[in-house]
Formats: sequence, C-alpha cells, structure tokens
Amino acid sequence: MPSHDQRRPSPEELLQRVEAEADHATRGQLKIFLGYAPGVGKSFRMLDEGRRRKQRGRDVVVIATQPSRDSAVAALLARFEIIPTLPGGALDLDTIRRRHPATCLIDGLAFRNQPGSKNEFRWQDVEDLLASGISVISTLNLQFVAERQREVEAIRGERVSDSVPQSFLLQAEEIEIVDAPPEYCLERARTSEFDEETISRQLSELREIALVLAAEVVDAQLLRYLKRHGIEQSYGTQERIMVCITPRSDASTMIHRARRQADRFHGELFVAHVEQNGLSPSDRVTLDANLACARDALASVVTLQGKDVVETILQFARTQGITQIFVGHSQRTGFWQRFKPNPVERLILESGNIDIRVFPQAEARSNLTQA
Amino acid sequence: MMSANTARLTIILGYAAGVGKTYRMLEEGHKLQAEGRDVVVGYFEPHARPATIAKTEGLELIPPRMIEYRGLSLPEMDIDAILARRPEICLVDEFPHTNVPGSPRAKRWEDILVLLETGMDVLTTMNIQHLESLNDKVHEISGVAVRETIPDWLLKRADEIVFVDLTPSALLNRLDRGVVYSPEKAERAKQNFFQEPTLAALRELALRQTAHEVDVRTPDLTAPPRELASAPRPSAERILIHVTESPSSVSLIRRGRRVADYLRAECFALSVVPAAGIQALPVKEREALEQHLDFARKLHIETRIVESNRPASAIAQFARTNGVTQIFVAKPARPTPSAFFSKHFLVMAVLREANDIQLTVVAERPARKHP
Repeated sequence: MPSHDQRRPSPEELLQRVEAEADHATRGQLKIFLGYAPGVGKSFRMLDEGRRRKQRGRDVVVIATQPSRDSAVAALLARFEIIPTLPGGALDLDTIRRRHPATCLIDGLAFRNQPGSKNEFRWQDVEDLLASGISVISTLNLQFVAERQREVEAIRGERVSDSVPQSFLLQAEEIEIVDAPPEYCLERARTSEFDEETISRQLSELREIALVLAAEVVDAQLLRYLKRHGIEQSYGTQERIMVCITPRSDASTMIHRARRQADRFHGELFVAHVEQNGLSPSDRVTLDANLACARDALASVVTLQGKDVVETILQFARTQGITQIFVGHSQRTGFWQRFKPNPVERLILESGNIDIRVFPQAEARSNLTQA
Repeated sequence: MMSANTARLTIILGYAAGVGKTYRMLEEGHKLQAEGRDVVVGYFEPHARPATIAKTEGLELIPPRMIEYRGLSLPEMDIDAILARRPEICLVDEFPHTNVPGSPRAKRWEDILVLLETGMDVLTTMNIQHLESLNDKVHEISGVAVRETIPDWLLKRADEIVFVDLTPSALLNRLDRGVVYSPEKAERAKQNFFQEPTLAALRELALRQTAHEVDVRTPDLTAPPRELASAPRPSAERILIHVTESPSSVSLIRRGRRVADYLRAECFALSVVPAAGIQALPVKEREALEQHLDFARKLHIETRIVESNRPASAIAQFARTNGVTQIFVAKPARPTPSAFFSKHFLVMAVLREANDIQLTVVAERPARKHP
C-alpha cells in the first residue's frame, strides 16, 4: 500500500477532528431501531434494550410507545417509569428535562405533533432532548424516511405524509436493523387491494431497501470513525465504481454497464473526466454528451485537474475509496510504445488495490489521452 | 409427506460471535413449536452463554455424540440420532463448523445437506466472515485469515437468510462485561475481529450480503414471463476467469465468482498449459494449478484446460468462441513501471490480443495495517 494513509493531516482536518470529538462528548446519544414494515418487532427490541440498560443500573424512562397487540411488549412496558406525552402527542420536554433521565425510550420518530406544539414532528422533539444531553432509543419504519418515500410509495402504492429526514438518521450514534422474514409482517400488511403473493413481494422489496439503508448508515459511521482517528485508507466494504471518460471514449456503454453493476452491488457510481486544454469544438460536444449521459445515470460527475492523467485519476480514486475503475481500451501503437507503458497499462500497474475493467473502444483510441 | 424439494433451509446470519445468532435461532424454534411444529435442537454449543442456555428450556435437545480424537472426547452433532428421531424442524448451530477427524463427513454443512435430503427443515447460524467469496475482503479488513468457509452456492440454496443486528459498540460492551467470552479469550478477540472499525466493516458486509440475498429471492416484475425465462437472454454475461499456478488465482476465483453471482452471469475458469500438455509443467506448478482448478469447481465454476504456448491468444480465442463477455485476470504480482518488463506481463498481452472483450484486472488486496 502507498503510504498516503500516514500523511500529516491539514490544520483544517485537525480542527474537524477535534470538533467531531467534542460533539461526541456532550450530546445525548441516539439509537434507532429501523424496521422495513410493522410487525418485525421494533418496539419489543427498543423496550428489551431499555430493560437491559436498566438492569445494569442505568436511569431509563419510557416517553412514548405505540399500542401493541403483543403481550410480551405489554409485559416489558410494565417495568418502566413513564412520562406521558402532552395532549397533542408532543413530548413533554420541560418535564423530561427536569427529570433528566440518562435514557428515554421513544417510539415512532415520524409522529406528527398537533398544530400549536413547539415542534411539528416528534423527531424534532428528540433532537431537543439530544441537545440537552439526554440519550434516546427510538424506532422508525422505513416508509417514514423522507428520502426513501418515493421508492416505498412506488412499491406499496400508498402515500405517507409524515417523514423523518435521512440526515437525522445518519447522525444517530447507533442504528440497528430489525430483520425478519416477510411472513412476520404479512398479517399487518394484508390489504383488500393486493393478493398475498404481491404483498410478499412488496415486503421483500422494502426489506432490501431497509437493509441497504442500514448498510449505508454503517458506512457513514465507519467513515466518521476513520475521520476521528485520522485514518484515510478506505475499507472497500461498499463497491464504488469510477468510470473515466474522455471526449472520444465510447462512454455510454461503460456508464450503462457501471450503473448496472453499481445497482447490483448497491454501490456508488462516479464518472470522472480529466480536463484537457485545447479541445476541438466537436470534442467539446461529444464530451458534454458523455457527461449528460453520466448525469442521466445518476452518477456523481466530477471534473479533475492535473498534469499526469493517470496520477490524477488514481489520487481521486484513493480519496474516494473507489474499488473499481472502468476505462476504455488504449490501442495506440508506435515507436515510443515499445519503451513506455500506455496510460491503461500504467493504470493497471499503479492502481494498487483497485480493480481495473478495460472496455473495448469502437474508435480504437485511448480514452485517457489522445497525445 | 416430507420431501427434499420442500425442505427449507434458514440461515441466521451475524457478523461476529456474541451478536445473538444462537439466541435468535432458539427464539424462532420456540415460535415454531408454539405454532404446533415438531422442533428439536440438533446441535447446540455446550459452552454457550447462560442466557442462551436458558433459552433452550422447553425445547427437545438431541445429545451430541462424543468422538475420541487425540486423547480428547469432543462433542459432534449426532446425525444418526436425529435421523432416527425424524423431527419436522431441526436447529443446528454453526453452519461452517469443521467436524472432528473421524466423523462421517468433514463439514457440518455436509451433515445439514443430509438432513435436508430427508425432507427435514433446518435452521442454522453463521457469521459473514465464513463466506468463501468474502474471504479476501475479510482478511484485508481484519488481518484474520478465516479457514472455515461456506461456498457461496450454499447460501443460494437457503430459502431464507435472516440478519441479526447489534451495533459494534453494544457488542464491545458485551465483550467487556464478559458476556461473550472468558476474560482471557476476550483479550485475544480484541486482537483480531473485536475492534470497532473491523466490526463495523463486517457488519456492513453482512447487511449488504443479506440485501443481496433478499434481492435474488424477490421475483422480478420486469423479468420476462415464466415460459420465456429459460430462453437464453442476449444480454446475459459470461465471465471467464484465467487461472494459473500463481497464488493470486485463489482471490481471483473468489472475486470472479462473486461478481458473476451479483451480475447473475455464467462463470467459467480457464487454464492455459504448454502445448506439450500439463505434464510438461514442473511438479510444483502442476500441483498448484490443479489445486486452483479444484477450488474453482468447489465453488461450482466449470473449468477448462487449453494447451498452447501462447497463453494470451489462447485465452482470447477461447473467449471469442465461447461468447465470453468479460475476462478476469490477476494483476501483475510486483508491478515494475519499467516498460521492458511491463510488456512481458501476461495481462498486457491479453489486453492486446482480446481487445474486443472487456477485461477486468483484479487487484490483490493485502491485509490493512491496523491503527
């Protein structure tokens, strides 16, 4: 491995690290149990976690629970002190702050408070408690994650108006997924509209989204941990594909293949292009078309600057934790080629722990340089 | 009434010891028993944790068979006793376990296949680090070379994969409280898997794998109707893995298998031996090559041997005649940027010979340095 992970952090990075640590110390800690549908057992897990903390001598109070038909949930609930919510469903922030327990158990983050409450949503009440240094254990259903609602609606065919922004989820110290086979949720998901097979399929699709979302949260936490400890080297647990394009490369095939592979691996897609001087007008047009194709494929599009194309690409790839680079084939031949590796060959030789996928190019020209 | 076709295999998947896999398996056992099913515990780790042992109460346990080995008496699952008892559902801990020498079968998963053959449903447990295709990734992340592995096709054989989640910090808490291991063993565990970033990375891998398993089991709405599904699709990918005697072949095979599974592609392995035949190879090389081909077959990859003194063109020709869409080759072991040497690398030769086919150059991923 190159020693880039041992390079000295910049003052800005050091400051960020100190701030991240300070933030870590004073705020209350947030733990969320995430489920893909009602019936997987989120409330039970939340209360069970509270019970275990209480057993270890921690001060745990229940603030809000959703009605449950599960007798095990009722039995658990009976073990806790309860601070009731206000009549409109909002959390009684003043009472909770005066009582100041170590940990609050709060069901249903997406709950919408009655108009006139301090905050519109329960997750905002929770935010206030965290800011007061009180830790919260809570539950959330996938369908209430704002950024996932369109996907969920497309699957379930029904709209949900209440939501929690994903950024709120991402700042949780702990998020645990509550997983179970779809049969567990069948009864509560049953509608007159769909047959059982359809509902089963819908549940499986929701389950997949929830698992990937949890993986993304874990990935964000891992990055945060690495940042706090000044480690730059990526773990490569998520596939991150980078497509390198030029004005002359057969970009659309590469981008489509990369999109498909990123989707199958639930990975991320980048499309990068190294800026070159003196592009001809027709090259400019093709490049713009290629970049538009990349944006259509919902890739993160980046323009890089650097004298050495190969080095520029690899530097970006390393900082982004890229696991695979897609490039067009270089078929340049000539006198100098007998002595000097071409850019694709250099990429292969110098890319360390990154895979390189080389695509045949219709025009038989390198997509890295036209020198 | 019971038949092998309908026997269900459920795998409870975790990412480390102590996340609660066995507990969850027993919980499911109780649930099934309450539904009136005939459940027995076929194997259960006798050194289990008190809370887990308590969970076996009310379930029928088949006592292990003691096998003498080097003066020790070691417990193994008693297959004959289970087959004689013939329950509907059998719970068996630790899918990847290697049996004591002298047992009828080398691996517990082979025992479990025997149970499934008789039409018995099986619930079992495993950790993500035991999945064959992730072996290199796990080594890269943790520095631990896991020897007991489960080939990926066995995971595909399972009807259901359920993920058991716990955050790394909660798991480390359990470890510190002595819930997971004895103090001495816990100290050792902290040297390998039980470090926060390692656990986070393994957890992310397990979440992504479960999402993938849910994905492949969800019927695709956009897929062609059932009667057309068996017809060859023009877009179907065919992956060819170039296997040599080099140790890098092992991780290349794993990576190719994994990508093929995710892309739902066919997967072949090809070795090119001298025109004079495989006997012309030095003994050591021949043995290594045969070992690698054997490894590929264990992962359900069809293997071929071609005799030629020009490996690059043999690979290209084989790929063309067999409709291969992507060739997987290993990255040169010790890259020298020097032109003269680089031209001699097989990769570069394949790159020139097969310039009409996509080529993936797979990197070796050494174990990361730990902070």
